[in-house]
Amino acid sequence: MMQIPCPWCGPRNATEFRHHGPHAPRPDPATASAEEWRRYLYLRPNPYGPVEETWYHAAGCRRFVSVIRDTFTNATQWSEGGPR
Amino acid sequence: MTSTERRPQHSRRLPPQQGEVIDRNRVLEFSWNGRRRSGYEGDTIISALAAAGEDVFSRSFKYHRPRGVLTATMHDPGCMLQVDDEPNVRAAHRLLRAGMRVSSQNTWPSLHLDLKAATQLGGRFLAPGFYYKTFMWPRVLWPVYERVLRQFVHAGRVEPQTRGEVYEKRNAHTDVLVVGGGPAGMAAALSAVQTGARVMLVEEEHQLGGHLRWADPAAAADLARQVLEADGIEVLTNATVAARYDGNWCAVVQRDPEPGMPERILKTRTQSLVVAPGLIERPYVFAGNDLPGVMLSSAARRLIGLHAVAPGERAVVLTANPEGDAAVEDLRRAGIEVAQVVDARTGGDVLRARGRKRLQAVELADGTTVEADLLVTATGWTAPTSLLNMSGVVPNYVPQAARFLPGAQPGAGIYGTGGLVGDGELNQLQNHGAAVGSHAAQYALQQRHAIAATVPTSLPAGGHPNAGTAPPMSSLPIPQHPELFRSSTHGIVDFSEDVSSRDLQSAVREGYDSAELAKRYTTVTMGPSQGKLELVNALAVIAEANGKTIAETGATTWRPMYTSVTLGALAGRNYDPVRYSELQPWHESHGAVPLVAGQWIRPERYGDPLVEVNSVRQGVGIIDVTPIGKLDLRGPDVPKLLNQLYVNKWSRLAVGRVRYGVMCAEDGVVFDDGVTARLDEEHYVMSTTSSGAGAVWEWVEEWLQTMHPDWQVHVTPLTTAYTSINVAGPHSRRLLSRLTAGVDLSAEAFGYMQVRTGRVAGVDDSILWRIGFTGELSYEIHVPASYGLHVWEALLHAGEDLGVRPFGVEAQRVLRLEKGHLIIGQDTDGLTKAYSAGLDWAVKLDKDDFAGKPELVWQREQGAGPQLVAIQPVDPRTVPEEAAQIILPTGRIGGRITSSRHSPTLGRSICLGQVERALSDPGTVLKIRLTDGRTVEGTVMPQLAHVDPEGNRLNNDTLPEETVEYAAPVARGPVVVQGQRTSIDDWQVSASQSSAPLTLADVSPLAKISVRAAPDGPIAESMPTGFGRVSPSGDGRLVVGSGPGEWMVLAEPGERAAVLDELREVTQTAEEHASVVDLTHGRALFQLMGESAPDLLAAVCAIDLSDDMVSDGAALRTSMAGVVTDLIRYDRGGIRRYLLHCERSSGRYLHSTLLDAGRSSGVTESGYPVSGPVLNS
Ligand SMILES: [Zn+2]
Repeated sequence: MMQIPCPWCGPRNATEFRHHGPHAPRPDPATASAEEWRRYLYLRPNPYGPVEETWYHAAGCRRFVSVIRDTFTNATQWSEGGPR
Repeated sequence: MTSTERRPQHSRRLPPQQGEVIDRNRVLEFSWNGRRRSGYEGDTIISALAAAGEDVFSRSFKYHRPRGVLTATMHDPGCMLQVDDEPNVRAAHRLLRAGMRVSSQNTWPSLHLDLKAATQLGGRFLAPGFYYKTFMWPRVLWPVYERVLRQFVHAGRVEPQTRGEVYEKRNAHTDVLVVGGGPAGMAAALSAVQTGARVMLVEEEHQLGGHLRWADPAAAADLARQVLEADGIEVLTNATVAARYDGNWCAVVQRDPEPGMPERILKTRTQSLVVAPGLIERPYVFAGNDLPGVMLSSAARRLIGLHAVAPGERAVVLTANPEGDAAVEDLRRAGIEVAQVVDARTGGDVLRARGRKRLQAVELADGTTVEADLLVTATGWTAPTSLLNMSGVVPNYVPQAARFLPGAQPGAGIYGTGGLVGDGELNQLQNHGAAVGSHAAQYALQQRHAIAATVPTSLPAGGHPNAGTAPPMSSLPIPQHPELFRSSTHGIVDFSEDVSSRDLQSAVREGYDSAELAKRYTTVTMGPSQGKLELVNALAVIAEANGKTIAETGATTWRPMYTSVTLGALAGRNYDPVRYSELQPWHESHGAVPLVAGQWIRPERYGDPLVEVNSVRQGVGIIDVTPIGKLDLRGPDVPKLLNQLYVNKWSRLAVGRVRYGVMCAEDGVVFDDGVTARLDEEHYVMSTTSSGAGAVWEWVEEWLQTMHPDWQVHVTPLTTAYTSINVAGPHSRRLLSRLTAGVDLSAEAFGYMQVRTGRVAGVDDSILWRIGFTGELSYEIHVPASYGLHVWEALLHAGEDLGVRPFGVEAQRVLRLEKGHLIIGQDTDGLTKAYSAGLDWAVKLDKDDFAGKPELVWQREQGAGPQLVAIQPVDPRTVPEEAAQIILPTGRIGGRITSSRHSPTLGRSICLGQVERALSDPGTVLKIRLTDGRTVEGTVMPQLAHVDPEGNRLNNDTLPEETVEYAAPVARGPVVVQGQRTSIDDWQVSASQSSAPLTLADVSPLAKISVRAAPDGPIAESMPTGFGRVSPSGDGRLVVGSGPGEWMVLAEPGERAAVLDELREVTQTAEEHASVVDLTHGRALFQLMGESAPDLLAAVCAIDLSDDMVSDGAALRTSMAGVVTDLIRYDRGGIRRYLLHCERSSGRYLHSTLLDAGRSSGVTESGYPVSGPVLNS
């Protein structure tokens, strides 16, 4: 089973986390066009290789953490940016 | 051979052999197809039968040909037998036990007279693709085909009354996992442990030693002794590493780990994986190669060397390698006549084996025929690259080695050694193994250091052995072996599936010319041996038929599992968390019908739900609504949060008020609803649906953590910190006022949609809000959970003269449907946006922003989506089923019924339904298609409420009454006390005390106060410890760093109020946003004490609890048996102790699960330790 490197708790089994998908910044709803908003809702990159994702450590520290995951090897590492 | 029945027992047993594993002093009696047999301790079932002179053990899958010993290992395809009530036992591996009832399977009427073997005569009847070709048409005949084919099924019997068995999974952690206990694996394990690593060595067979057990028994014994004596190597024999997954997470299958447990899976996380499984000998393909008496050289040597069984009397040996030559020596030493040695390296070959039930003669390529009852073949080896393959290594075919070798260097933490990766003398294999073991250990220790540095629970520094420098890792020479797969005749390739080389050739001719196609068409490699014996031969035959090389033909991918695993082991122990309210035992003892609602068990009804409805409409009823989600929200920015998450407005909610709110997801779909109360300036309690409680909490955290970290809000889930009771009905004010001194319930003082806090039946800190889900005057009271039963009983007692009675979830559903209140998830679905759910009144598009706003703006502009409406069937006796469809005049579906019931109040059927907008005007007559095919009519109503649309019943002018006498409040823990009771403070606890070496006690009465502040602010500075560690403070309290910026202060029961006051003082005077929440009643807290506690916890928890990772004084949160649980290591008097706490409603489940999982650890339940303080001595 994949391990997610939680910056607070250390590496933990992925089943302790909820996957919130690749980073998707929320557009300003006051100015976003319908297309931008729906891109935010439904479209995610699906690269073959590293992708920056958000995981919620639901069964641990309960922090939202940012992780770079390689979709080919499932190797994971901390991400400096993003929420944590 | 003649019938074996009159042969004396042990007729083929040899005199003692140097490396034999049998104990001749222990004779085991068993039965074989109903006849008495005996063997020795250490025998496998097959070695005992072979010693007794048996040759034939089963009949093959398709052609029912007699089958005997081929490999004499777990993977022997002809040696799958029925043992007692267990079918498909790998009998060449399973050890003999006294009293076993062993029988052959797939034979009818008997092993020796098998009528099904008649199919051999018409062999073409079962040609490749036979099922596809024969039984596809005509379809109507399938039942007939099925009945005939059923007779030919290749399997044993499962007795209907088979006895129950316990299976389980455990978590394990190691630095280096070595797969295979042969010379290379043992050398790797020894050097890894010398480097300072923890090592787990897994061997599939019953002894360490690998092929040395028969090739060099003294060397095998010496190495095995070193391994067994080494400190730090955990040796598992009769176990298989069946799979490797991401992050070196391996499934280790242990067979017979404990009495009564056939298999167990160890979910093993290892830093380094050393794959050293050795080699599997490959059968040779020629006519008659599956006849009993034809076997592999390793099988003959095993029988002689390990079990002292003569595999035959007169042998022919076909050899192409030194192991075959050694087999000749072994046979001769055992006194078996070797009639001829056929050396394949100099062009010798075998054409055909002849005989009926046992080999009688061998036809050679030089035209001679040799009489023999044993033909030993040594024509090549297959490398079981399975685990490396699962680690991303692609095996390559190497022609000069005549086998696949692991391809590119595996990544860090994955290593191969031994015969799998190359050839060599014993000392070369051992040196390679030792070098690999040392590298593996070094890598593992580096990883372990790195992890320890990131884990807040580990010891500050030191305690980790330092890796030295590993010797250089050379590679083993590439093996040299002639390519030998098939003679000039055709024979069996796949012994499990009865696929011959002729079948494969004809598949290629029919166009199934790639390995993947031929495999699926002929089922080659798809049987129990899963390619281990037959894959390379199959590829060779397909390559030959295509005129290509094996490398061009490719290899199929090895996937988990490497060996067969029982379904019981895969299922393991059942960990399905169940949640109970404090009142559930009362409900059960009062006849409640249980209702499973998600994880909750709730009372559906106590009697007739319609009677329960009437009692609420006419008098007063009470219902346990504890599962309703409750979140404590504190801080100056709570209104901003509420405005962001709810579609309606929250800026002006006054203290003492309650408001209903609806949440939408960002796509505008209705997500949850509930009421939120403002208790104080900066203190709110939000309620959610029962099923949405977890998701709403996560949603709130997501907004606070990722989008608005600047907002000062602390969220604490309180769902089961309170027992929630709805008191509903015209007499609810009269009833409740009898128990609430100090809270004025009069209509003027406590209006609709208001909240008060106060004392109910003597219980302080209760919350009361006046709302109306049922449509009646009603109060929802939330009392600290430990007092739930006390308050419930007080209500029933105080309301006896008013006819108060409990009502269940079903009555509540009828009541709310009469009132037209929707249930999210029932009357809405994953596409229902707010304007489709009749919530137009709630959506405030003039707010700057809220979750889902853009989608709702567009929905309103376009008027899109269906509409939720109330519907009354024209025939009042017809209750359309929920999900019944509403049909348009065109015949198209125009909606559906979402809720329907008979209304006892109206004496007619009532519904809610989603319909297309064109059908939503009041008075529209709808056609509703019932599941029985009938169509009935229903009328759209002007509003959602069927009963009392004006809301008059919510207000009545009953007067509050004087308070009555009630019993003194009693607090109870989450685990029902059995047996003798005693008291601690006002808690009722179990008096029984156990002095067993491992005990589990409910210590929930301890005070548990949560503190929240910035992880790096002034409060954090003033706390004695931070995240991941615990620290005792003065007065016997324990401060736990339970999360980033989160502390839990534990104290003895009598200390609760004092601790709470002190901490409130600290946070109120702090220069930062900080909050204190009393979770004493919201958490179940257990004490698990004893040195073997980690063994028990390994069954429910995946954390490495070793001393350097989770030392004394560590605190962490993880999942235990599926429940999010806080673990605190706080040893007492030198004895290992863990304090475990989880949200209260899961406490009963966690407690019973720990007792169950700990049965083999001898865990004993103990009462509250009343003799003195729990936290410090
Ligand atoms: Zn974490």
